[in-house]
Formats: sequence, structure tokens, C-alpha cells
Amino acid sequence: MKPKVLVLRAPGTNCDQETAYAFEVAGADAEFMHINQLIEQPSATQDFQILCVPGGFSFGDDIGAGRILASKFTSRLKDTIEEFRAAEKLVLGICNGFQVLIKTGFLVPADATGLPVTLTWNHNGRYDCRWVNLKNAGSDSVFLRDTESLYLPIAHAEGRFVVRDAATLSQLNSARQIALKYVNPDGTNGQVPFPHNPNGSDENIAGLCDESGRVLGLMPHPERFIDRTQHPRWTRQPDEISADGLKIFENAVGYFA
Amino acid sequence: MVDQATAPPAVTVWQIDLVPADGQRDRIAEELAAEAQDIGLAIDLDVCASRGFLLQGDLEQERVKEIAQQLLAEPVVEEFQIASSEANTAQPTGTVYVLPKPGVTDAQAETALSAMQALGFPVEAVRTFRKFQFQNQTSEQLQQLASKLLFNDAIEQVVFGALPIENLLTQQPYDFKLQIVSLLDANDDDLNRISSEGGLSLTLVEMQTIQQHFQTLDRDPTDIELETIAQTWSEHCSHKTLAGKIEFSDGSQTLHFDNMLKETIFAATQTIRKDLADNDWCVSVFKDNAGIVEFDDESCITFKVETHNRPSALEPYGGANTGIGGVIRDTLGTGMGAKPICNTDVFCFAPPETPAESLPPGVLHPRRIMKGVVSGVRDYGNRMGIPTVNGAVYFDERYAGNPLVFCGNVGLIPNNMAFKEPQPGDLIVTVGGQTGRDGIHGATFSSAELTEHSEVTSGGSVQIGNAITEKMVTDVLLQARDQNLYTAITDCGAGGFSSAVGEMGEELGAVVWLEKAPLKYQGLSYTEIWISEAQERMVVAVPEKHWQTFEKLCRDESVEATVIGKFEATGKLKLTFNDQQVGELEMSFLHDGRPQVVRQANWQSEPAAPISTPAETVDVNAVLLDILGSPNVASKHWIIRQYDHEVLGGSVIKPLVGIHNDGPSDAAVIRPKLKSRRGIAISCGMNPHFGDFDPYHMAQSSIDEAIRNCVAVGADPNRIAILDNFCWGYTDRPETLGSLVRAALGCHDLAIDLKTPFVSGKDSLNNEFSYSDAAGNRQTITIPSTLLISALGQVPEVDRCVTMDLKQAGNAIYLVGITDPTEMGGSHFNLVTQRTGGDVPKVDSALANAIFGKIHQSINHRWIRSCHDLSEGGLAAAAAEMALAGGLGLALDLSPAMAHSAAHARTHDVPPLANMLGQLFAESNTRFLCEIPNESAAEFENLFGNQAVCLGSVSDSQHVEIKCGDYKISLPIADIKQAWQKPLDWN
Repeated sequence: MKPKVLVLRAPGTNCDQETAYAFEVAGADAEFMHINQLIEQPSATQDFQILCVPGGFSFGDDIGAGRILASKFTSRLKDTIEEFRAAEKLVLGICNGFQVLIKTGFLVPADATGLPVTLTWNHNGRYDCRWVNLKNAGSDSVFLRDTESLYLPIAHAEGRFVVRDAATLSQLNSARQIALKYVNPDGTNGQVPFPHNPNGSDENIAGLCDESGRVLGLMPHPERFIDRTQHPRWTRQPDEISADGLKIFENAVGYFA
Repeated sequence: MVDQATAPPAVTVWQIDLVPADGQRDRIAEELAAEAQDIGLAIDLDVCASRGFLLQGDLEQERVKEIAQQLLAEPVVEEFQIASSEANTAQPTGTVYVLPKPGVTDAQAETALSAMQALGFPVEAVRTFRKFQFQNQTSEQLQQLASKLLFNDAIEQVVFGALPIENLLTQQPYDFKLQIVSLLDANDDDLNRISSEGGLSLTLVEMQTIQQHFQTLDRDPTDIELETIAQTWSEHCSHKTLAGKIEFSDGSQTLHFDNMLKETIFAATQTIRKDLADNDWCVSVFKDNAGIVEFDDESCITFKVETHNRPSALEPYGGANTGIGGVIRDTLGTGMGAKPICNTDVFCFAPPETPAESLPPGVLHPRRIMKGVVSGVRDYGNRMGIPTVNGAVYFDERYAGNPLVFCGNVGLIPNNMAFKEPQPGDLIVTVGGQTGRDGIHGATFSSAELTEHSEVTSGGSVQIGNAITEKMVTDVLLQARDQNLYTAITDCGAGGFSSAVGEMGEELGAVVWLEKAPLKYQGLSYTEIWISEAQERMVVAVPEKHWQTFEKLCRDESVEATVIGKFEATGKLKLTFNDQQVGELEMSFLHDGRPQVVRQANWQSEPAAPISTPAETVDVNAVLLDILGSPNVASKHWIIRQYDHEVLGGSVIKPLVGIHNDGPSDAAVIRPKLKSRRGIAISCGMNPHFGDFDPYHMAQSSIDEAIRNCVAVGADPNRIAILDNFCWGYTDRPETLGSLVRAALGCHDLAIDLKTPFVSGKDSLNNEFSYSDAAGNRQTITIPSTLLISALGQVPEVDRCVTMDLKQAGNAIYLVGITDPTEMGGSHFNLVTQRTGGDVPKVDSALANAIFGKIHQSINHRWIRSCHDLSEGGLAAAAAEMALAGGLGLALDLSPAMAHSAAHARTHDVPPLANMLGQLFAESNTRFLCEIPNESAAEFENLFGNQAVCLGSVSDSQHVEIKCGDYKISLPIADIKQAWQKPLDWN
């Protein structure tokens, strides 16, 4: 079966077209839907197997990255998303989409004192666009099956993953939710200084999944590496290099095979 | 916190402060302290920073708390404090608030308001603020910190102590009154006074022409009629200087131009198109908002570069922000609307290390200007989701009072959408942003007074953009275009509706119902509505039968679209306000009535001077490091990394390349269509220092540089389109205008020789800064004559592209092209050694044609592993850059290059040492260094013949060794990289 992907658009979404294209290259059918339309007609999600919230600056990120789109989800689409997840379908949030998934609490729910995790301003306070080395942190993420290390670009100002306390971190660890970590170019973990951990994220965390492994949010942009000429050093490399980003989309499609 | 005992006033304004949570960094305070130290204001500044919102509405404290929790305060890292206005009068000393002035775009506040309303909170108005809490500062010190670091008077207001806010919504209604200007009986003094008092910038001759026109109509004009004429005849809209009559004399010849631009730059393009005949690949040149050229069987590419200099001098962030926003709208308003696909940004500033005390009064520090401009481009480009892929920064102290900001945008458009024509009966529709007093010069207003005494002059020439509004407009307009819902489109830029409707209806006629325009706030007069330059607005001509579909499409994505008039075949522009006619003008008078004056332009050539000091004293290692560390050459990674250069997924050659992704690429390459292997290359050329010698050769050198950058990565030299952007001083001075004409002649001649057409351009004149010095004397700084050439190349197959980083030890290094060691005029060698003299580099167009073609052929054959153009710093700098990018050394001997120069009679009577220095550092045009694997060397040599010489090879040594006669450069790559990266490696 060729899965159908709903690529969500909102005011300020700007990675929608290349993300849809990446899904198509991986073998899915992708369609765009505006958040206004989805709120008007939530049942439309029933026709889709994958929901993707792509990168961009939803509502300008004017009051915190992903915040307003997240509030639309929690106030208007909570049940829809719950049904979608209960049907064992897939959800992918990339960059701004990850920020949205975090701020909805869909990945790590809020407790009495609020959300225990967030994505906030990079340690150096600036937007940063660069390629980073990542490793699969051993989660059950469907999207990361059979991947070990990935080389992908980041492009964000608010990508620093922060946990409130040690208890939150150990909870994430024991639920196997930590999906991707920034690593040094030699693949080592532990001390990962700037620019290898580009934003100062706690525990070098670059991506998080839910407990089921079917919802993934990540700061890097897999849709920006599905062709060899997108690699920053492709002119130094042999012709047959594989594109790390494509694997994530292929895994999503493969899940429905 | 809130004083519950106080009775709530009629209107409640709540203040929400957002502060870093315990254990979280106060990043803004840290940056502020560092900046204060950098510019010598304070050491170890003790400051806390917070951001906040003012909310007005019928709200209980609990509801305000919900808003802060649900929407405003960042989880984990921020905490909030709430206070109501009347309880908030006591503030510790050292408190400073900074707020956007009323009427200045406050995107955060707008977004927050609509989000709160969407969640059902009864909020009526929102403003944002930044708050600083200083310790141990006198009030004089606070004043100084505020003005130097915290706020910009052009857009923001500062409040020391408590915020005395009573009401965020004090709007003044507008009382209609038709304004008639007494022109018929005015004498010349009156005419001049009317022009200057009205800020019309019309000359006496123009005022007299308008007077005569209204005398034939036997009535006085209304204010809106006069404003419309002033907008249409302005330098910005009509380019009356360069597109006007000019008499040019250079001592040996006198040239008469009826339209200088048409007879030089446009004429070159016409000649080229005629010669290309059936192979003409230009589609629309010099008539639309951008130039259009063919790309493939389905699509065309559009390209436009604009300047936004004066706004950027006053408010760097807003100036650059609206500069990029404006040029993106040019793309959207080209043909039936092109999709923006990449940005290019070029800046000219005074050197960032300029001591603050040496700056003229009233000038922002170049460091602050640069940071503001870069942030402005970053925040708009990144939010729009358009990759910023190319740029340059040029430093010269003469840009201190008048920085230059060039913003460019490339678009993609279906090839059957390149032209437009509004039809009689089509509705005039404004889409996007609302209209306010933005961009109306000198307008004073106070739509929401902060204090009862604050008089606010704002919304004037300086604006802040809101990228998301423009992104939403882009999204719906491209859908509407593909559904054929409109017949014409243009952007609302300078002159606002006046220019947009005036241009679209030029051949037709139009009626505009001004009261229909959606307003940001009440109180605008009909004339203000007409000439407002509020951002993020587009004007489209929608056939009545499509209006409902068009309006629904917009509404579905929360974009405002409003009918404000109708095109009609009257040949007249009619303006009404609530059914009362306020203006009526003949389109023909508006567009063709401007009187022509003949401007004088003189040019006098000066012979080249000898190099000022002897060659013996030169330490070539030190010179090379100084050149690499000079800000023009130094790494721009601090800027580049703040731009998203990968969004849209088409990135092929990035701005930074090489083994550590940090070498300087010659040009950027992107694939506009993800399903295709065809690409475009974007590059630029500019060298104001050459203009100090001869603008003719500066222009030609800039064209050569832009093209060779493009060709170096793999662009086809037969498919490169270029743009001109002239930024000059006061062109009423014949010698200043003369130097510009000479540059235009240089453009004309080389464009034809290289068959490289100009497809669009823009000029910005009178870039000067005047001030009174300490002795009370009037001083003027004129910018160096600056011509930016931007190139749009096409790459048939991106998989053959080449980067500039060295790839493999053992590969041979060839110099392509010929070094003229006397071409040291305006060079970086002279700049860093404080020498003068030498010739300005010239272009040998026959040689250039041959070399560009052969480089492209070699790239297509995959003979070239790396290729780098030679520009600032000459061969030595280019070699060093290739090595640092590739992480590999070089062993070169320039003896063959010296013999090569001599064989081409380019050494003249140069003394041996000067010849050797010239080989290393001269900036002769049309040269490349190419890395060729041994298996391709024979074919490469055969193709180039005597146009290339082998100088040595790539080494494993981590050293750059360049021997040139008695001189030897020998430097570790690490030192080279450090020298190149450090100067602009800002935090």
C-alpha cells in the first residue's frame, strides 16, 4: 500500500514542498492541508496514514517557536490527534514541527507544574544553519529503523532541548524516548562541544519519539538530504554516496508495507 | 505583584514580565554587557533583562495568568510576573523600558493578540516591551546606555522608571476635508515653497510644468493630485537622472544622451538579443519589476536586486528587513507572479573596528549597523523560507554615514506567465498588509499615546516588516495565479497604491475608492491612504467573475483581500473618498508629462601613478596574512551561518565549502526544481576601490568578476544574465554624474563583447552624508562610486559542478589567464601595505570570451577537480583559500607565470621585484586557479594552449609554499585559516 501523507501548512510553514517531495521520493503520496482547513474538517485525517508537521516559522514564532500552532492543536484538534495515534498511524515533526509537538505535550505530557521539557533559544542566541553528525540513540522509533549515524543540516534559532530536572531525563531514558543525539565528527558521545552540539541541548538530544515509537520529532532536516548534491562535500566524494535523510522517509513508508 | 486593594480603573492594562527561570542564563543581559564592553561604555555591567507584554481588555487576574501560562511564558526556562497598570507605579531605580513606537509594526503583539482572541480571551490590544534592570548606574549613564545600545529613536521609545500606561487604544477619528493647493497664481518662490513644505521633492521646472497643466484645466490641484504626480515623477519611480538627457564630455569626445540608461545598458541588451536572433533567451528586460530569462522548456527565471540604503542607515534592522521584503515583492509582482527561490545580499559598511570617537555625529557605529542589517535580512529571509545563498560585504570608511544595503531575489515562473495585462472592468484588489502611516515622511501622529506628554513622530521613513504576512500573501497568490484568478499583479512599494495603481492602469485608467482600503488604525486622510508605503501589500487586477473564488482562497488562509477600485478604459486616474471625488488626473500627463532637463556630466582620466614605495621592504608572508584578514576578504561565516541557505531543498553549492564546510565558495548553485538536474548559479562582482581610478574599468572588472565566479562553479558562460546597481554620490555635480556615465559605458561595451545581457537594474543616487564638524564647518562624505554586478548563471547539469577546495595531493595546479603585474591600482596589496599607484585592472574581452568558454568545457569534461577565481589579493590569496578549504598544502613556483606574462607582453618595463610582487598579488581580471588530476592534464593543456601554465601541485604538507623569484610565501594552513577566520568571528 502506498501510504498517504498529510503535510500540514500553517501561516509561516516553509519546508512543506521539499518535505512532501521527500515523502514522494520515498514512495508515498503527499498532500498539503492548511491548518484552517484541518480545524474546519478534522475528519479529513482519516484518509491519511502519516501526519507531518514540517519546518518553518509557524505564526512567525513570534511568541516562542511553535507555540501558537501548538495551541491550535491542543484547543481544537486534541481528539483528532489522539484518534490518529490510537489508529497506530505515524506522526513526524521536523524542526518547527518538533517544536510544535513538544509544546502540545504530545511527546512529553505536562504535569502539575507544566511541561517538563522545551525547545528554546540556542545557547549562542543566534539562528544557525550548519550540518551536524547524529546517532540513533537506541529508541524504538519507526522512522529510525536500521540507522546508526546520520549527517543532516540544522537551521534554527530555538533548538536547545532543555529538561526541567533529572527525573524527567531518567523518565525519557527509561521510556526509550530519546531518539537522536548530536555527536562529535568521530562519532563519540559525551562531551560534544559547539558546533557539533549546535545549540547546547541537554544530553545532546536532537530528536525525541513517543513511547510507541510512532511519533518522532527532530530538529535536523532530513528532507534536505535526499539527493547526493545536497551534501556539503559531495564534490569531494564518490558518485554513489547514499542520502541519510531519505532513509527516515523510506522507513515511514516501509512501516505500511 | 498586584495590589488587590485598588479598585480597577475603567480600562485595565495588564503587564506581564517574562524573566529567565532560576538557573537559566539571562542571555540578553549577557550580550548587552559584552556589547557595552566592546564599544567601551561600561565594564562588568550589572544588568538583568526581561521581555514582556501589555494587555488591555476586560480580564481578571486569573485569566491573565492563564494567558501567560498557555501562550506567553516559555515552559521550563521562563517565569512570569503579572501586574496591573495602576499597581505598577513603583519601580526600582535603574529600570528602563523600550517599546516599539505606536504605529511601528509589532509582529509579536499582533500575533499574540490574534492568538489570545482565537482562544477566546477578551483582549482588545497588545503591546510588547523589553525591560532592563541596571544596578549602580547614574541617570546620565542610563541615558547613554539606552541611546547607544538599547533603543533606536527612529522606531522605539524609551521609558526610565515605571510605565505610565493608561490606554493602548486611543485612536483619533478622521474628519474629511478636501485639500486644495493654490497653484494657479503661484510665483516661482511659492512653487518652490509648496514643493519643499509638502516634501514633494519636485524641482521648479517640474512645478512650473504642473502649474501650466492645471492652468489649461482652469483649476487648482488637490493635495492628492500633487502627491500622485510627485510620487510618479520621483527619482525612485522614474529614474529621471539616469533615464534622462545627459551631455557627457571626457575631453576627447562629447556624447549626447536622450535617455542615458536606454542608450548604454539597455542598448547593449538589445544588440545582444538581435545578434542571438532565434537563440535569444531573454524574455522580459527592463520593463517589469524584475528581468525574466528562459530556464527550461517550462519555466523562466526572474532576477532583481534593489537597494535600501537610507532606511538602513537610520534603522539598520528595519531597513534591511523591509529591503528584503520589498525585493521579494518585486519577484511576486513580476509577470503574473514568480515564486521566490533565493536571496542574495550585499552590504557596504565602514570598517567594524572604526573607533567610535572618529565617527561623524549622528552616525550609528558600523558594528551596530552591520549587526542590525544582518539580523534584518536573517529574520525576514529565514521566515519567508527563501534561502539566502550569496552575498558580499565591502568595507570602506566612506560608507560611515551612508551604508549600502543591496537585497536581491530570484524567482521561478511558468514560461506562459511572463506577461500581464489588466482588463477594463477588473477589480483593483489589495492583498496582505493593512495600510497605516508607514513611509509617509514627517507625518506626526499619536494613535496610542504612551504618556500624556509623549509626542510621537513615527511610521515615517523607517519601518519594520512582518515576514509572515508576506509569506501568507505569497502562498495564496501563487495558488491564485495557477487558477488564473487575476489578470495582472504588482507590488506596493515606494509610492504605495499611487505607484502600484498608477503603473498598472497606465494604458487603461482606473477609479480608486480610497475609504475601502483596510487600515491599521483610524485617522488616515485620503492622501495618506493613497501614498502610504505600508509593507506586505500587493495589488492585483481580478476579473469580477473571479472575485468570490479569489476572496475565498485568501480567507481560507487568513489573508485579507479588499476591493479598492476598478480599472476602466478612461485614460484617467480617478480618486474618490466616500463618493466624493478627491482627484482626477490624465494618465498621459502623469506618465509622460515630466519635463526633460539636460544634465551635464564630465569625466577626466588621470594617468596611472607608479607604485609608491620600493618592493624591497615587503614581507610577503605578512602581506598575505594581512590581506586574508582584511575585512573584505576575511571569512563571512558569522553572517552566512545566520541565514538559512538550504531551505526549499535545492542547495547544490553552498556559500561555505570544503573539507570542514568553511571555505569561501565562488558562487552558489541551487536546483530550482527538485525533479530536475538543471541549476542556477548566483554570484556578484564589486570593487569600489577600482572606481577611485577609473569607473569604466571598475565596471568591466565587476562584470568580469561576477561572470568568472559563476563560471568557476560550472555555469554556462553563454547563459549568464547580469544586473546593475549603481550607488553614487550627488549626481547634480557634473564630475560625479560623469563618472557614472563612464561606468555605464564600460558596462555597455563589455556586455556586448561577452554577449552577457543586462536584464534589470536599479540605481540609488545622492548617497552622501553631511554634518557639522567640531569647528562648526559643514563636511560631506561621499560614498565611493559603487557598482554592484549580480550574475544569474545556468548550470545544465548540477552533478558536474566544481567547488574551490583542493581535493587531492599530487594533482597539478594551473594558472588560467594572464597576470599583468602592473595592475596593482586599487588592489588589496596596496590597501594593506598602505601604498598607492599602479594601473587599475582592465578586461581583455577576447581573452575573457575564450577563457570562460574553455573553463566551462573543462568542467563539463570533468577535468577540473577544483577551481577558484582570482580577485582581492590576487593569486596568493586565491591559492591560500583553496588550501584552507581543502585542508591540503600547495607547492607552487611562479616562474612559469612570469615567463607567461612576459610572453604576452604584460610585464612592460616593470622592475624585477615589482614584477614578482605583481605575480603574487596583482588583481588582473579573467584568471582562475584550477586543480587538474594528472590523467586530465594533457587534454587540459591542449585546450588552453598558452592561456594556462602549470605552477606546481597539491601537497600533503599542510603548508602553502609559493616561490616567486626572490620572494617565497611559506605558511602553515592553520595560520592562514586563523588569519582569515578571526576578524569577523563575532559572538
